[in-house]
Amino acid sequence: MSFETFLVQCLNSLQYGLLLFLVASGLTLIFGIMGVINLAHGSFYMIGAYMAYALAPLVGGGFFTTLALGLVLAVVLGYALEWAFFSFLYEREHLQQVLMTYGLILVFEELRSILVGDDVHGVQAPPWLAGSIPLGDLMTYPVYRLFISGVCLALAGSMWFVLARTRLGMTIRAGATNREMVQSLGIDIQFLYRVVFAAGVAIAVLAGMVAAPVSSVYPGMGNQVLIICFVVVVIGGIGSIRGALLAALLIGFVDTFGKVVFPQAAGVLVYVLMALILLWKPDGLFKAG
Amino acid sequence: MFAWLVMMRSNIVSVLLGGFALALWPLATGSFGVDLVAKTMIYAIVALSLELLVGATGLVCFGQAAFFGLAGYAAVKLSPEGAAASLWWLLPVAMAVGAAYALFMGALSLRTRGVYFIMVTLAFAQMAYYVVHDTPLGGGTDGIYLYVKPVAAIGSTLLIDLDRPLALYYFVFGCLVAVFGFLALLGRSRFGRALAGIRVNEQRMRATGFSTYPYKLAAFVVSGAIAGLAGFLFAVKDGFVNPELLSWHLSGAVLIMIILGGIGHLRGAVIGAFAFALLQEFFKSETIFGGFAKHWLLGLGLAIIVSVALLPRGLIGAGSLLTHRLTRTPRVEA
Repeated sequence: MSFETFLVQCLNSLQYGLLLFLVASGLTLIFGIMGVINLAHGSFYMIGAYMAYALAPLVGGGFFTTLALGLVLAVVLGYALEWAFFSFLYEREHLQQVLMTYGLILVFEELRSILVGDDVHGVQAPPWLAGSIPLGDLMTYPVYRLFISGVCLALAGSMWFVLARTRLGMTIRAGATNREMVQSLGIDIQFLYRVVFAAGVAIAVLAGMVAAPVSSVYPGMGNQVLIICFVVVVIGGIGSIRGALLAALLIGFVDTFGKVVFPQAAGVLVYVLMALILLWKPDGLFKAG
Repeated sequence: MFAWLVMMRSNIVSVLLGGFALALWPLATGSFGVDLVAKTMIYAIVALSLELLVGATGLVCFGQAAFFGLAGYAAVKLSPEGAAASLWWLLPVAMAVGAAYALFMGALSLRTRGVYFIMVTLAFAQMAYYVVHDTPLGGGTDGIYLYVKPVAAIGSTLLIDLDRPLALYYFVFGCLVAVFGFLALLGRSRFGRALAGIRVNEQRMRATGFSTYPYKLAAFVVSGAIAGLAGFLFAVKDGFVNPELLSWHLSGAVLIMIILGGIGHLRGAVIGAFAFALLQEFFKSETIFGGFAKHWLLGLGLAIIVSVALLPRGLIGAGSLLTHRLTRTPRVEA
């Protein structure tokens, strides 16, 4: 492997890992803070990608207007879903949550099929991000992939800031530790949960929208990302944002380089890695709390 | 006390009625109906095997498809080409393959707990999936065919020829009854009580002197063997295996079946498998939904959501919920 190929694969791994982190961070937040196993989280990623495809013509094709509209819709969707489907799941057993969110996956997939159809679509990157930069003499690297990594890093940073340095983040962390205590201190935990859920949905939708030009848009993309994000969440330790970041980067590198170095065993590597890590550390790399 | 007796009686009656209905079903329907119910009964057997882990022991395994699929592959790979294999050895061997993988998966994954456990079992199942999918051993995505179905013979008398749909139907039915009976007895045995103790409070079980690990591992192996039985039946019924038999979609569907039916009851697993299959057929029916039938997953999803909202204890809790509403008597915990 030449140095340029190596560099390109590193950048690809980084981009894939950061994207996984975005989706997984919402999953681990919702799981860690609200205790809900949300199988429908992959569907939000799928919804985001389809929004990037379907909303662009409606708003005249502007990249940032599409992103903004998508984000607004995502927050509304997340808020409404929490109110309608999730708010009564908190006291239920985990397996009931699994069943309910499985039902939601089916509903989202079919609604997508009814509204947009079952075809595979490509999404154009905006023209000012469509170029490539040269790497060495022979290779080039698409600017848009660098842009994805940049967006993901910015979001990861702001997420860390909100959770670790603001009053809202403080109440969210307190709510994860002891729901009743936070409630008795006069904080509207119901509202707090709704905000966290809406934020989780919005981040997953954003990840899907940003990824659409690279991954294209196809049925079943949500389920694929869901399983791999669960892998990220458990490797990192449930509820731990830091763990999710590290695990997502690890998976990104193992998967990308696995496809290059051992193409015949690429699929299984991620699972072998997860099994090994969990056998070594049964609670993931960073146990929250 | 009286209410409990009535409850007990009605449970046995419902199981017997269900059994009779399944035994008489081929008289009432054509080949499509026989095939559909045979397939559903095979799923019911997998659901029962998972119920032993989830409901009886409290171990949520997300890798049941591995035992199912590997046993199916074993059945096809070990059948001699162009001649019928003998059921006498092929069935035990297929079950042993399921049990062996369960021993391997259980031995390692039981170190973890909760959601971590769920994901480790998924990881081991995915490993089996990729081995079958990506190596020449399993025939790739296309899968492999079983040309001649196994038969059971004593001397030269042919007892069971699984190539005949009715023979297959009653063989599957017999297996379902046997598995149900076996698990019902197991639940009442000392072993079953120990598993229940582990589910309720593993710490306390250890404090009372039970080494819980071997019990959980044994439950895994038994579950793997039963899922292997179902995998064998599935491979023989379709005469065909492909990697999808090991996919996590199947593990998920089986988990959904037992949650839908009601965790903690053998009947729940069977009811869940049938409800899942019937709901699918109902929403797929073009006579009812016309052109919309191709979006049958929407109906299935909505039905599942409604069932979670209304039936916190699964379909099996529906009866006691209903009598409670109608008579306003205190609910009897089944």
